[in-house]
Amino acid sequence: MEITAAEALVRCLEQENVEIIFGIPGGAIVPVYDALYHSKIKHVLVRHEQGAAHAADGYARATGRVGVCMATSGPGATNLVTGIANAYMDSVPLVIITGQVNTSQVGTDAFQEVDITGITMPITKHNFLVKDPKKLPEIVKKAFYIASTGRPGPVLIDLPRDVASSPIEFQYPKEIVLRGYKPTYRGHPTKINEAAKVIRESRRPVIYAGGGIINSGASAELRQLAETISAPVTNTFMGLSSFPGDHPLFLGMLGLHGTRYANLAVTECDLLIALGARFDDRVTGNLATFAPQAKIIHIDIDPAEIGKNVRIHVPIVGDVKKVLQALLPLLEKTDRSPWLKRIEELRNLYPLRYERKNGLKPQFIVEQLYQLTGGDAVVATDVGQHQMWVAQYYRFKRPRSLISSGGLGTMGFGLPAAVGAQLGLPGQPVILVTGDGSFQMTIQELATVMEQGLPLKIFILNNQQLGMVRQLQEVYCAGRYMAVDFKFHPDFSVLARAYGISGYTVSSEKEVAELFPEVLASPGPALVNCLVYPEENVSPMVPAGRGIHEAIEWGGD
Amino acid sequence: MPKSGAQIFVESLIEQGVDTIFGYPGGAVLPIYDALYDAKIRHILTRHEQGAAHAADGYARASGRPGVCLATSGPGATNLVTGITNAYMDSVPLVAFTGQVVTSQLGKDSFQEADITGITLPVTKHNYLVKDVRDLARIIREAFYIATTGRPGPVLVDIPRDVSAGLTEYEDPGPVNLPGYKPVMDPSPARVEEAARVILAAERPVIYAGGGVVNSGAHDELRRFAELILAPVATTLMGLSGFPGDHPLSLGMLGMHGSKYANYAVCECDLLIAVGVRFDDRVTGKLDSFAKNAKVIHIDIDPAEIGKNVRVDIPIVGDVKRSLTALCERLKAKLPGAWQEKIQMWKKEYPLTFEENGRLKPQQVIREIYKATKGEARIATDVGQHQMWTAQYYTFTRPRSFISSGGLGTMGFGLPAAIGVQVACPDEVVFSISGDGSIQMNIQEMATAVNYDLPVKIAVMDNGYLGMVRQWQELFYNRRYSYTELRNPDFVKLAEAYGAVGMRVARPEEVAPALKEALAVPRPVMIDFVIEREENVLPMVPPGESLDKMLG
Amino acid sequence: MRHTLAVLVENNPGVLARVAGLFSRRGFNIDSLAVGRTENPAVSRMTIVVEGDDRTLEQVTKQLHKLIDVIKIQDVTVDEYVDRELVLIKVNAEPSQRGEIVQIADIFRARIVDLGRRTLTLECTGNEGKIRAFEESLRPYGIKELVRTGKIAMLRGSRYTGVNGKEDE
Repeated sequence: MEITAAEALVRCLEQENVEIIFGIPGGAIVPVYDALYHSKIKHVLVRHEQGAAHAADGYARATGRVGVCMATSGPGATNLVTGIANAYMDSVPLVIITGQVNTSQVGTDAFQEVDITGITMPITKHNFLVKDPKKLPEIVKKAFYIASTGRPGPVLIDLPRDVASSPIEFQYPKEIVLRGYKPTYRGHPTKINEAAKVIRESRRPVIYAGGGIINSGASAELRQLAETISAPVTNTFMGLSSFPGDHPLFLGMLGLHGTRYANLAVTECDLLIALGARFDDRVTGNLATFAPQAKIIHIDIDPAEIGKNVRIHVPIVGDVKKVLQALLPLLEKTDRSPWLKRIEELRNLYPLRYERKNGLKPQFIVEQLYQLTGGDAVVATDVGQHQMWVAQYYRFKRPRSLISSGGLGTMGFGLPAAVGAQLGLPGQPVILVTGDGSFQMTIQELATVMEQGLPLKIFILNNQQLGMVRQLQEVYCAGRYMAVDFKFHPDFSVLARAYGISGYTVSSEKEVAELFPEVLASPGPALVNCLVYPEENVSPMVPAGRGIHEAIEWGGD
Repeated sequence: MPKSGAQIFVESLIEQGVDTIFGYPGGAVLPIYDALYDAKIRHILTRHEQGAAHAADGYARASGRPGVCLATSGPGATNLVTGITNAYMDSVPLVAFTGQVVTSQLGKDSFQEADITGITLPVTKHNYLVKDVRDLARIIREAFYIATTGRPGPVLVDIPRDVSAGLTEYEDPGPVNLPGYKPVMDPSPARVEEAARVILAAERPVIYAGGGVVNSGAHDELRRFAELILAPVATTLMGLSGFPGDHPLSLGMLGMHGSKYANYAVCECDLLIAVGVRFDDRVTGKLDSFAKNAKVIHIDIDPAEIGKNVRVDIPIVGDVKRSLTALCERLKAKLPGAWQEKIQMWKKEYPLTFEENGRLKPQQVIREIYKATKGEARIATDVGQHQMWTAQYYTFTRPRSFISSGGLGTMGFGLPAAIGVQVACPDEVVFSISGDGSIQMNIQEMATAVNYDLPVKIAVMDNGYLGMVRQWQELFYNRRYSYTELRNPDFVKLAEAYGAVGMRVARPEEVAPALKEALAVPRPVMIDFVIEREENVLPMVPPGESLDKMLG
Repeated sequence: MRHTLAVLVENNPGVLARVAGLFSRRGFNIDSLAVGRTENPAVSRMTIVVEGDDRTLEQVTKQLHKLIDVIKIQDVTVDEYVDRELVLIKVNAEPSQRGEIVQIADIFRARIVDLGRRTLTLECTGNEGKIRAFEESLRPYGIKELVRTGKIAMLRGSRYTGVNGKEDE
């Protein structure tokens, strides 16, 4: 039986077990929305397409499934760009469907026409412009396959209106062939043996684990590896939640705002085992002094990452979980107490710390949230100082419990991502920790929270300014603060109420202690505007161009 | 003495006469913001970079000067994309500066790195990645030259952090020299002669005027031209303020939601004089029946627009103002005849109307705004039904008074654009007419308006729907309203949370007093007009139909 | 109808991406494209073979002109011109067949550039028709690999495509 390509698209999505689509309708995508009208797939209407992309992203990060979002042509499509770039940088599987003007009008600057496949070329894993309606099912299948396999990433399908309205014989392909795309999952046995040998020989190993652990579901293997070889584990920002935050071998985050003991451990180690990480500039600092004494084993699914920034001694291309499963039997339980003793020494010499004076401290709030939730909440953040405080002071227990923008560093990611996470994990506590600058960027999604009745809890660490940029200006521009001071802010608690959400303001530790348990226990959405000490800096911090062992600190005694 | 890239940046902007930048700071633009600290340039901090781009766009449309926006690398840059695309589609002179990661980190997926020159390739007139601080002064000069000359458009300049922080001995780059870019300003005399001959011979001429008239500052010339040959003038959405709407020769807007008389006139004319337009699909409807009995004269500065969508008999490549001036010199005044009578008859027979049934109608609200502002306000709209009602029921009489997203149709453009307009025209009344869907898209810019004491008046046509999409679903999808209904915040409380004045109007008789009150307050005001929910924009040419097949 | 365009462009990074992006965005079809430096190191020349009617070609030309880095475009097809393409073909060649293949090569004034145990690699230059005929002649032997440069073209006589637009001397 013939159905329209738009109806076929909806059936394809059903076949891929898509349960939620985030989007906004518009002229060019109306045929798809019409087909969606009768589908059992839930559609979540957001208030800006950027919110759709981030929500799909948050959903994907929280659940491990492919996130799907949809927008119309032109501005609908361009509004997705930041969200797509964000997912691309953090290797998040997304399938994005955009409407397009009729094929006969493509290339004529028609109303709401934009070359979205051209625009997103640098920020998608792959993209498609559908010209032949018959090819649509195959393209959808390919898109899901590409997005979710290998190193995951966003894939965009641009669907012209006339193509969507054309009738086709629907059949969902069972298999697809992609000659240019064959991810490698199993590590090379020789290299794995070599890695085992290098590990056995090392006396001071450190495991440096990134987002690849989470994507590949390798948390259990990571823990086993660390415990077997007695190696401390440090996480990249993206890797946080892949290793228990309260584990004795855990060093916390490394890099720019990492713990000093993590950075010093990396500096002193003789073997760095890099798992699903990419030696980002925020992690390595000055490359010349990064892990200067260490041999490096790098396990990653993306061969292009290996050797991109640093020289690797043992490269292993493959899925981290599969490679670790092959590697673990080759390793025996090793005692490295001198090294672990040194680690304890570093931990005691250079703890994470802040001063509990000058009013309400943001770190205190994060610590409270950790204690009140027992580390069991899913925490979404925005970008800036608050994000780093969450990374430092919230101890994540379970993989996928931190939802945050790492590579692109997108302010405004938090609220829509939390919406996506909450919809993907109904019944679980989801918290958004955000900043006053970030939160405003996608504040319109409060309407989505209201409309969907999500029990999201929002905490704004409000310092009345763009705190991270202010900190940078303090350090690099001799305190010449420019364009960082929001001279005016809305009253966030009143604003929340305009959206039918409970709104509160706190400005002291006492108020936090009184209010937070009640808010966290409440069944509906709530927003707490936390007026924190405005001049607090994220500490430690590695100054630009320095080695990660050269961090500076504020606070403490 | 050596200068830093950031200092060169600031000096180059001052040399270009830039007085205002709309922006948002971040790591990769730190050196530039540090230089701005001492500069005599006003910086407006928006709440999202999309707001910065749209505000710069609104500023440019209202003032005719290039708009400038500034953002950091990565998400800052990608957040500009919609705004840049919007300016590109509507030929708005915009120079967008973005920070970039240091050159040694380029191409390595560094923190907040995005290939913004690659991304904006399809949506900029030109773009640059500055790799050497010694090129910066020349590139900025070229960027402004390209953005503002010929057919205007956005130019993006991507500046890595080490380039803005880098030092160089400053040397004046001299005048712009671009062998590949030489816009043609003066029309070919032979073509003008030919056009004049055809115009004099025509019996039923219609002028179809677009945004090119506004861009070239040719409104006086257009008026003189129309009065000389007694040709009625239909404008595109972009051309609305290029010809006085209260002029007897005005036909208002043509196209999908144009007036019946404008569309009939185009259908029956024997000569179509297209001035600074591009025969967009929303204007022409079904192409092969568009002005099918007419010869077509097309005047445009962009040769690529001529013959792109329709066959043109007499192409004139050149600046609209100069071309019209040249044409007028070769024409003599015509006398009214049967054609002018027919037009008047159509105007009487098919006026724009709506049903007044005691409930609050959006058309009435627009008319009241027109009355309350005596037609002298600058109106920025968003995109959707309210945009079309504004185009139909507010009579624009002076150029650059209608600020709206035409080609890209960007919901969310209105509020930040109005902010840019108010910055450019501090002493004028600026209205943002919006819908409940559109206004939410960049609602965060309420904080910007309040922050800088910009007394923008925001009228929200609140029908609880994405109304234009709903209208299409009603008419073409059997009333299956798939995900077009909105649950809205309380706009009055919302305005108050932002420190603005919030008002609600739900009955026809409340409109005029509310507007009067809003205009009297020297602060931003948001009025929530609770309008009839399922009101449609009419007349309407269904997509793919010819212009005389109008509904309503 | 096919047209061969000689396009002079600024030798800037990304200029190829600008041209390629334009063609894809506007839905124009490129048959072949060859790029290289010219006598002036600041200028590159692209030879683009485009398929399309006159109206398409007019749009292609006008849109290309809008790219700031494009200095000059000339449709050489409307004039007398020479065009050449180079092809490398690796063909199956059992020792017994080599004589025949060498003869074919001679007819086309092709050269043998490499020798494998069971293959010959030949180089041939010429216009499109010649290259096609050459390929067809070798097809029966089994073509293992084939690579073409894309067409390059130049006006005949003293006319030329120069940056300053001066075309005749």
